[in-house]
Amino acid sequence: MNATTLFGLCGAALVGIGLYGLITNPEPLRKILAFNLLGSGVFLLFGVIARRGAAAGLGGDPVPQAMVITAIVVAFAATAMAIALVQRLGDETGRASISSDRSETGEEKS
Amino acid sequence: MPAATALEATTADGALLVLAIVLPVVGILLSFVLGGRYAERIAAFLLPASLCVACIVFVKVWQSETSLSYVVGNWKPPLGITLRADGLSVAMMVAMAIVICLIGVFAHANFGSRAASVETRAPMVFWVMLMAISGAMNMIFLGGDLFTLYVALELLTFAAVPLVCLDGRAETLQAALRYLLFALLGSILYLVGTALLYGSYGTLDIVLMSQRVQIEPATLAAATLMTVGLFAKTALFPLHLWLPPAHAGAPAAASAVLSAVVVKGSFFLIVRLWFDAVPGLLSVAAGQLIGVLGASAIICGNIVALRQKRLKLLIAYSTVAQIGYLFLMFPLAADPLHLQYGDALTGGMLQAISHATAKAAMFMAAGLVYAALGHDQISELGGIARALPMTMFAFGLGGLCLIGLPPTGGFLAKWLLLEATIATAQWWWAIVIIAGGLLTSAYTFIVLSRAMGAPSAPLTLHTAVPKYQEVAALGLALLSVLLGLVAFGPIDVLQVGRPEAPMAWLR
Repeated sequence: MNATTLFGLCGAALVGIGLYGLITNPEPLRKILAFNLLGSGVFLLFGVIARRGAAAGLGGDPVPQAMVITAIVVAFAATAMAIALVQRLGDETGRASISSDRSETGEEKS
Repeated sequence: MPAATALEATTADGALLVLAIVLPVVGILLSFVLGGRYAERIAAFLLPASLCVACIVFVKVWQSETSLSYVVGNWKPPLGITLRADGLSVAMMVAMAIVICLIGVFAHANFGSRAASVETRAPMVFWVMLMAISGAMNMIFLGGDLFTLYVALELLTFAAVPLVCLDGRAETLQAALRYLLFALLGSILYLVGTALLYGSYGTLDIVLMSQRVQIEPATLAAATLMTVGLFAKTALFPLHLWLPPAHAGAPAAASAVLSAVVVKGSFFLIVRLWFDAVPGLLSVAAGQLIGVLGASAIICGNIVALRQKRLKLLIAYSTVAQIGYLFLMFPLAADPLHLQYGDALTGGMLQAISHATAKAAMFMAAGLVYAALGHDQISELGGIARALPMTMFAFGLGGLCLIGLPPTGGFLAKWLLLEATIATAQWWWAIVIIAGGLLTSAYTFIVLSRAMGAPSAPLTLHTAVPKYQEVAALGLALLSVLLGLVAFGPIDVLQVGRPEAPMAWLR
């Protein structure tokens, strides 16, 4: 197994853990953390693809590297916005949960 | 998408495409520089300007019958980014720009701000986000590569989520957070798909990809992940759970934008992905599966809508159902050997446009009813049709369009879909389309008959409803009715830039 495959598998594992956390955790903050874990796995995948596309004397294909920077910025902005919403929700209600009394059943899908 | 020869150069007037994206962005920046008090007046200038640009692009594409394209910075694909306007993009661009402008007229009453007054949060956020949605939608319609489309999709989400919680109540914050979490899952799945496709083909440009794409596991996995992610953003059943609280809780103008415009963005990306980026990959089984999800959305959404007690929630569930119709075009267009490919596609896009106009009108009408009565309980609507005749007329016309009665746009869309079910011998979708129409008519008539009934107590209106708000709602409703007449006009524009023969060689 070479380094690229190893990193690819690491990325896949992170995606798996993140996806599991995002679906099963009822706490919004934990969901946001799980989303970041999932994101890290995807960013690692971009790195692996850059490495596999190495050519013309470069250590890696620069296009996925450029894309991953954009993706990280987007994920950062998304996290900031989600945290701000959680905080505001906590200020308003005293508890930060997205399960309303009416739709308890809907919650585990979110 | 244009043929490969048209790919490499900027066409004449290609700069208009840049203008369509840049104009709203300029408006946003100016709003921050000059201060939120000016945001409304900047939007009042820029949104119509953006509509004019969309109309000019539409006319050029319609008359020349070729796509426009603009190679950004003259960096050619696969490294550079191309903006392209084909028939689908220009039709959607014009329709969404008109809807956004009329929503802007409607919103003046709720989010109007005078330059002399102090800056308040909600109006500033509303106008800035409205411009952001306009820019992001144009970018989704014009973007020529999958990563640009990812960025546009994120812009759209980040502009839509604040609109849900404009009034800052706890329920709306909760709805916004839930929407955001669904949307984040959707965008990350889309991103995985983008990475896999780049890894397989070394390009993200849609035209180049459609030439290189092969049916292999990585491509199928990528397309599936992207589609599921976009389903979550479009709120296709069973990923629709976030939609009703988010759309029903927002202020009327914001609900109208969210329901009419925002969900169409991610839907458009699904169409781009399956019909342009990876044509021929849509197998019969995959098409049927998407169709089953669409059919479930129609049936479940409509039945749940029938059981709602509040008008805005009813309309929100009706959005869930109407989104289902959009996805019926996939099984009907899944067999590339059939010549009906074009008809189902036209029907689906027309459904997107007519739903946008009708649903925006209905949400506006519901907002006016709420403002006048101070509640929107359906059982206590009695007498409102006498108090606000124009509003309820707009609601009724919107309902007719959703049911699909002639000559509305909804009729033409459903007729094209029905014709495609017969031509491709898939009668089971016809049952769903007709049953959905019956259920839609049931809840429309429940609301209308309540509204025309006698009030239980003498009706006192909380606030006087401005005439121009009623006119804006009625304008959109009339537009949805008149859309059926495009059958005699520019409906062929949807086919501009599409391959002559479907990609049968991929089989």
